[in-house]
Amino acid sequence: MAHAYTPGLKVLHESKVKKDRILPLKGDVLVEKDATVTPDDIVARTHLPGNVQMLNVANSLNIDPTDVKDVMLKQPGDALKKGDMMAETKGLFGLFKSNVVAPLDCTLESISPVTGQVVLRDAPIPVEIDAYMRGTVSEVLPEEGVIIEADAVFIQGIFGIGGESRGELVVLTDTREDELTADMIQAEHAGKVLVGGSFLSLAAYKKALAMKVAGVVVGGFNYFDLEEILGYTLGVAITGSENLVTSLVLTEGYGKIRMGSRTFDLLKRHEGKFTSINGATQIRAGVIRPEIVIPLKPEDLKGDAQVAKVNEGIQAGSLVRVIRAPYFGRIGTVISLPAPLHKMESETMVRVAEIKIDDEVMTIPRANLEMVETD
Amino acid sequence: MTGKQLKTILATDCGSTTTKAILIELTDQGYRLKTRGEAPTTVEAPFEDVTKGVLNAIMEVEELSGLKILDGDQIIHPMKDENTGVDVYVSTSSAGGGLQMMVAGVVKAMTGESAERAALGAGSIVMDVLASNDGRLPHQKIERIRQLRPDMILLSGGINGGTVSHVVELAEVLAAANPKPRLGQNYKLPVIFAGNNKAQKNIEDTLGEITDLDIIENIRPVLEVENLGPARDKIHDLFMEHVMAQAPGYKKLMSWTDAPIMPTPGAVGFLIEMVAKKENISVVGVDIGGATTDIFSVFEGQFNRTVSANLGMSYSVCNVLAEATLENVLRWVPIDIDEGELTNRIGNKMIRPTTVPQSLEELIIEQAIAREALRLSFIQHKSFAVKLKGVQQERTISDAFDQSGSGETLVNMMELDLLVGSGGVLSHAPRREQAMRMLIDAFVPEGITQLAVDSIFMMPQLGVMANIENSDIGESARNAAVEVFENDCLIRLGTCLAPIGRTKPGQTLLTAEFDLPDTGKKVVELKYGEIIVIPAPYTGIKAKLTPGKNLDIGKGKGEVLDTEVFGGTVGLILDGRGRPFELSHEKSQRIENLRKWSDSTNEYPNTKALGGA
Repeated sequence: MAHAYTPGLKVLHESKVKKDRILPLKGDVLVEKDATVTPDDIVARTHLPGNVQMLNVANSLNIDPTDVKDVMLKQPGDALKKGDMMAETKGLFGLFKSNVVAPLDCTLESISPVTGQVVLRDAPIPVEIDAYMRGTVSEVLPEEGVIIEADAVFIQGIFGIGGESRGELVVLTDTREDELTADMIQAEHAGKVLVGGSFLSLAAYKKALAMKVAGVVVGGFNYFDLEEILGYTLGVAITGSENLVTSLVLTEGYGKIRMGSRTFDLLKRHEGKFTSINGATQIRAGVIRPEIVIPLKPEDLKGDAQVAKVNEGIQAGSLVRVIRAPYFGRIGTVISLPAPLHKMESETMVRVAEIKIDDEVMTIPRANLEMVETD
Repeated sequence: MTGKQLKTILATDCGSTTTKAILIELTDQGYRLKTRGEAPTTVEAPFEDVTKGVLNAIMEVEELSGLKILDGDQIIHPMKDENTGVDVYVSTSSAGGGLQMMVAGVVKAMTGESAERAALGAGSIVMDVLASNDGRLPHQKIERIRQLRPDMILLSGGINGGTVSHVVELAEVLAAANPKPRLGQNYKLPVIFAGNNKAQKNIEDTLGEITDLDIIENIRPVLEVENLGPARDKIHDLFMEHVMAQAPGYKKLMSWTDAPIMPTPGAVGFLIEMVAKKENISVVGVDIGGATTDIFSVFEGQFNRTVSANLGMSYSVCNVLAEATLENVLRWVPIDIDEGELTNRIGNKMIRPTTVPQSLEELIIEQAIAREALRLSFIQHKSFAVKLKGVQQERTISDAFDQSGSGETLVNMMELDLLVGSGGVLSHAPRREQAMRMLIDAFVPEGITQLAVDSIFMMPQLGVMANIENSDIGESARNAAVEVFENDCLIRLGTCLAPIGRTKPGQTLLTAEFDLPDTGKKVVELKYGEIIVIPAPYTGIKAKLTPGKNLDIGKGKGEVLDTEVFGGTVGLILDGRGRPFELSHEKSQRIENLRKWSDSTNEYPNTKALGGA
């Protein structure tokens, strides 16, 4: 049977979700294998080397770089407090001495006889990694981190901003077509993850930020409004490090686009549950999509969890979403995948699929289709 | 010919998304492209082995050619018989983000720029240029190095015998940052020192232990000379030894190839440089991709390459919009369009980068963005491709009014002989006329310039073939690369004839007389503001070109030029829009002009049907 490979976003009602919680440098793992963790539990900790400052002692004392070693009172490896004397000249008959003091609490790292510079390093910077979602520690990577595993609802968005966040899931719109408006967002929504339908206006997002909402999941948002939130024009889709109180996950794209029905229904079904979301997106090689994870309790499980679904590509009968104008956002079923190249209105010769959308058959380039991967 | 005559050559290019394979065969007409195949690149999870994608692409070549190339997971080479195996297998790679470097020099505009030129020429992306005079404090430099995590660092600085302390200071900054390589936590970062020879010992003392240090000849031994060859070669070696060896599956791939794997842009640059040298012409080559736009040029025999890292047609399409502004993109669109909706559409292309334009409107918008991405990349290229800075020049009285000197751009559009475009939006434009128009509108060639596109983007594979050093097969592979480049790779679009200067609308800019092969003599009057296309094949056509008063077609103002021009799939394009070229600022006039030019060049089917002003 003909099939084609297309990207697809996962909308899974029950899945074994695994999350790597890895330190940027080697350090200490604080939990053991099979331990149960909650999102705020610290699972690993390390210290990044402190920032470095360079100080030209030769220039400060007006001496030759080769003489710096002779005037140093401290040596590499010594700890210094702010104001400690590091170097002092002999002066003239013991008078008119000049000196250099440490500008901060630091460790003296090196002394250069060529340039007369000394390298000073700040105190180490502590880094802690939390568990992000409720689950169990399925694997411990000694000195590096852990892998947390949970049976959960797993939904991928198409684009997001803001990093990891979590809170109780609250669905604010009645249908997936409705817009999530500013007046729906109230003070009681602080720390919660809100779900809307087709669109979030700039005003509504600003209200969510002001109310300290943990996150918003919605169909669409205007591209040109991002600039006001981020403070710069987003040129490439690499996000996640923005310092935002409210993370945003778009399930469909830019503009007003109703949320996919399966996504909306699934979120609605789990309203009230504790949810972890991450807006981090990277659309480059090694693509990262934003995600919504709702860990399930044993009583919620139906026992048909999937570890990883191999993308088998679209084929006749597949449910697909059109991801480019002129039929952007519409969902249909593949009828056939004709082999010959087809000439589109743009005169581009492409491989196409015949799709049935609302009883109408349309010919769409395969590259403009996205598999709706459900379970 | 010395060495072995090759019958079949297999070459692959492992891109960040697609792995492309080409098969070249020796036929009665010389070396020709037999077939091609492609498959998704498999560097990332879940496969994490680049060779899987390579094998898939080769399997497609096998199916299409009928040749048996694979024996299980092995490429059969050399050839066993007529139908089994290939003589040579080579590959390029830009998978996993290509080669990412930081470079450092004492003076940003001198050794810093030379180091940047060497790294770019070797096919690298330059993440940052550190210099003693770049205005940043040491701790800011250190923070930047730590944050970027390059694959490799090229450190230069000082002429031979010059002062030592500045370059050692840079080395101390590097040592303090103690950067870790991007790939492979467990090995030391490769650092190449190509600076003042007097500083070598000090650099060894500062960086020898904590990095994998290589010391080579100075990149700028004296101010007047740039010596990029050794640095470029060393970068290629280290790319293979360190960077590639860390990427999943590359060790296996390296064991298969008959010549070292080259970074993709390095191979393309090598090919363009070779063609320019062989034909003794000035060339500009451009490759516009999804994330970046690479520009290569050879003027006055000097090669330059720039990468505009965030000017591309999909992953970074929104950055083109941000840098060019919406107004500049819209000035190429001959229809009225809602601006808010347009930005959302462009945003959606960024987050779903593999989609293709289905409607004519989408195609027009995409090609408008391409014009701006190309234009901006070329501006960057022109400011980088300059004569050496810091060189003292002797001036005579005749130079008194000539302000040119060190740091002047090498790019001279009047001197440009050939402009080659490649990348999806140019190579796969539904009509070749569209590719030609995009190139002309973005690069604004002056005088007489030939234009071509790379049919299926096989310049990387041909570049690596041309670079084989093995004496036994090198010459034959080089010939194959040149022949296939001429016959199968380049699609000759034709020649653009654009007089320099401007005049009043309706006045004659140029009178051209052509001796066409089929229809004989043809005289054309080009009026100001119009574009005329004369269909003509790719063959030498005698031309007598008489520019109007104060206008120049290549020989000087008002001077008649007798020359030979070449047609192509589009033909001869006479561009009467004047130089410098500017679009009307009045919307309805601009749209009317765009439609007139579109119709006269057969660019789009029917723009009027799309509505608008």
